[in-house]
Amino acid sequence: MRAETLTRIGLRTIALGYLGLLLAFPVGYILYETFAPGVGAVWDSVTTPAAISAFWLTLTVTAIAVPLNTVLGVLTALSLVRGRLGRSRARPLIEAVLDLPFAVSPVVVGLALVLVYGRTGWFGDELATAGIQVIFSLPGMVIATVFVCLPFVAREVMPVLREIGDEQEQAAATLGATRWQAFRRITVPSIRWGIAYGVVLSTARAVGEFGAVSVVSGKIGGETITLPLLVEQRYQNFDLAGAYAASALLAVLALGTLLALTLVNPRKDH
Amino acid sequence: MANGCGGASDSKAATPAGATSGGGSLSLVAYSTPQVVYDELIPAFGATAAGRGVAVKTSFGASGDQSRAVDAGQKADVVSFSIEPDMTRLQDAGVVSDFRTISTSQVAFIVRKGNPKKIRGWDDLLANGVEVVTPNPFTSGAAKWNLLGAYAHGGLPYTEKLLTEHVKVQDKSGREALQTFTAGTGDVLLSYAYEGVTAQKKGADVDVVIPDDTLRIDILIARTKDAGPEADAFIDYATGPAGQKFFAGWGYDPPAGPRKPAPKLRTIEDLGGWKKLNADLFDPETGSIAKIEEAAGVSTAK
Amino acid sequence: MSTLATSALGRLGRVRRARAASPALTGDPIPPRLAVGTIVLWLGLVVLLPLAAVATRSFDDGLAGFWASVSSRQAVDALRFTLLVSLLVAAIQAVMGTVVAWVLVRDSFRGKAFVNTIIDLPFALPTIVAGLTLLALYGPRSPIGVNVSFTQASVALALLFVTLPFVVRSVQPVLIELDREMEQAAASLGAGPATIFRRIVLPNLAPAVLSGAALAFARAVGEFGSLILISGNIPFQTQVASVFVFKQLESDNLRGASAVSVVLLALSLLVLLGLRLLERWGTRHAR
Repeated sequence: MRAETLTRIGLRTIALGYLGLLLAFPVGYILYETFAPGVGAVWDSVTTPAAISAFWLTLTVTAIAVPLNTVLGVLTALSLVRGRLGRSRARPLIEAVLDLPFAVSPVVVGLALVLVYGRTGWFGDELATAGIQVIFSLPGMVIATVFVCLPFVAREVMPVLREIGDEQEQAAATLGATRWQAFRRITVPSIRWGIAYGVVLSTARAVGEFGAVSVVSGKIGGETITLPLLVEQRYQNFDLAGAYAASALLAVLALGTLLALTLVNPRKDH
Repeated sequence: MANGCGGASDSKAATPAGATSGGGSLSLVAYSTPQVVYDELIPAFGATAAGRGVAVKTSFGASGDQSRAVDAGQKADVVSFSIEPDMTRLQDAGVVSDFRTISTSQVAFIVRKGNPKKIRGWDDLLANGVEVVTPNPFTSGAAKWNLLGAYAHGGLPYTEKLLTEHVKVQDKSGREALQTFTAGTGDVLLSYAYEGVTAQKKGADVDVVIPDDTLRIDILIARTKDAGPEADAFIDYATGPAGQKFFAGWGYDPPAGPRKPAPKLRTIEDLGGWKKLNADLFDPETGSIAKIEEAAGVSTAK
Repeated sequence: MSTLATSALGRLGRVRRARAASPALTGDPIPPRLAVGTIVLWLGLVVLLPLAAVATRSFDDGLAGFWASVSSRQAVDALRFTLLVSLLVAAIQAVMGTVVAWVLVRDSFRGKAFVNTIIDLPFALPTIVAGLTLLALYGPRSPIGVNVSFTQASVALALLFVTLPFVVRSVQPVLIELDREMEQAAASLGAGPATIFRRIVLPNLAPAVLSGAALAFARAVGEFGSLILISGNIPFQTQVASVFVFKQLESDNLRGASAVSVVLLALSLLVLLGLRLLERWGTRHAR
């Protein structure tokens, strides 16, 4: 018995120590440093016109990229597990492509998008003729964000689909339901936690994306500077306190989305 | 959101300029350090007859990044970069026709307040134990100026000794190198003289030392070919006495040359011009500095 | 069942075994051709086309040019360092991530829910904030006097931070689902906890641990933002491949940047494909 307790406490100490050193202390320290000059100073720092515009831009990009990614992610998951794509020989490749954004360096993402949508890129002439500005403007930032969030929803939904099987949808089909009805009334509710977790993760990722967006944003003050880009700009302009304040805002947004999931689904572990 | 006062201002104190529509618009794409200057200059420009009602958008970032962005399609009416290759890139792309100098400065040493290591000239940098901070020349325009200053003093042998024995850390930009230095790393930072002044104004405990022989730094500005008349008005204002007052406040020198030049001040033309030097020294695969970096692995690898 | 996804699964509680899906009727909610077309278009425009553009650039000067770019001493060293440190980090996370997951599932203490929530924080924090955070506590201005900046350790530190959630979230749901009866049976037969862990628990966790570690590896290989402030980017010492790519980009060496990126991507693709195959092997041999 004592050995077991010792092991338990030992493991707990190791785990908490690791998390503390790596995660809790640094983040806690930053929060402490941020609020050292007082809540008023921090509030001022996050309510400058630049900060407000960055905040709304971050939310706008996220509000476009995440739903887009969710819809397409669910579609892809369904097709890979139960539908046409699932039976094709290319399935492992498609699944690997789905995972690729995890591994691609943000430097490469920016480069890649410029090579395709930039003035001298593959679509450059067509876009110029049509007068559409993709990169250095909102669309480019949305594409970059969709890229980095790509895997989350599909990866969360696919295992759920595999596990729960499709007997209910089959039953519904024999009772005369159309594809769409079966999907809307049976499939979606049964995978809603997978979707929810995927949405939460991609939202958190979209809000915090820095590297890829940095290359394609154009950094136009008041227009294409997101909160993470504002953090960098403030750090560069000797406004360390301001950089911390914007970071704290980002951390709050991130924690907020994570907490939202816990509240929405209390049974996180048994 | 505030669109008429140099982009969205990042301080509570600034009040949005009352820029009404109907006066045209202007996109300024510039390298990062003069953001503090333009934050003051742009509202003042808006108060002049030529600038009234002009909506100014700004974008600041690393000189190379900004130049590449405009090349890749970012909209710009006025561009300003810290090294000539970033400007000639746009000339070659047909985006810009001619350019002029908007500010000058000198390659300088930024040292701890009181200059405890008594660093006065380039040779002092090679003294035993002196740690020099300079950004990476392949990602930073400022670093190129720094190394050209070193090169002007003692050619490749000097530059090699400096890089391999006294430079340990390679931040990706001049500002980051300055932050590294003010955080406590190194004994001396190579930088633009005006960066030292800016740092002091922002509360850093540093002194600026200009060596007897150094290199003049030219900061360039140009209008893009498709820009409207507001671009010319803006450049005239910025290079004129009213605009230059703002630059001077932050330590920048006027286009004609530094106010307090070093006794032996060389220019980039004296060394052979940017085109030649950029290819000879800074080509990422065949340039001399690249080769020094490659060789450095031999002496510093464990 | 070894993706990080299955935490959602765990929350569903009891889970039924999958039965083979019947064809066509329950697959795509919209006509299959439209679905496939949309998916291919989406993946193509967002992922494949841009990456293909990079690959094309790298062969601007043919195979010889590609080889020249990736075989320079600095490129090779950056790639080697990246691989080694990413493997090391993945290995550390494999062990520590499992420990953390174990403690979160099998132990109980005050504040456990809080700890469970913050595990996902590295997913959500921008890399630059991560970099600033680590720099503040473990850099030159450290309040506790610990300064690892500009060392290889700082690279490992930043990578451990950003890859923290992968193994934990991969192992957790498997641990939750694990049937304790086998362990209890072994214990009643006299096996010690170490033996039980080694012989019963570990084989069941292995696919999940591997999967999480592989993802951590893939992520570490491409990391940029959190490293750039604290590592000093010293060639032949602390310079990782993504920083090297960045340098080439900044010097207009698009061919060089693309070539090294292609190598990085190919490596990651290999690891990820291997992971997918491992998962399928794992589920086919499931208990």
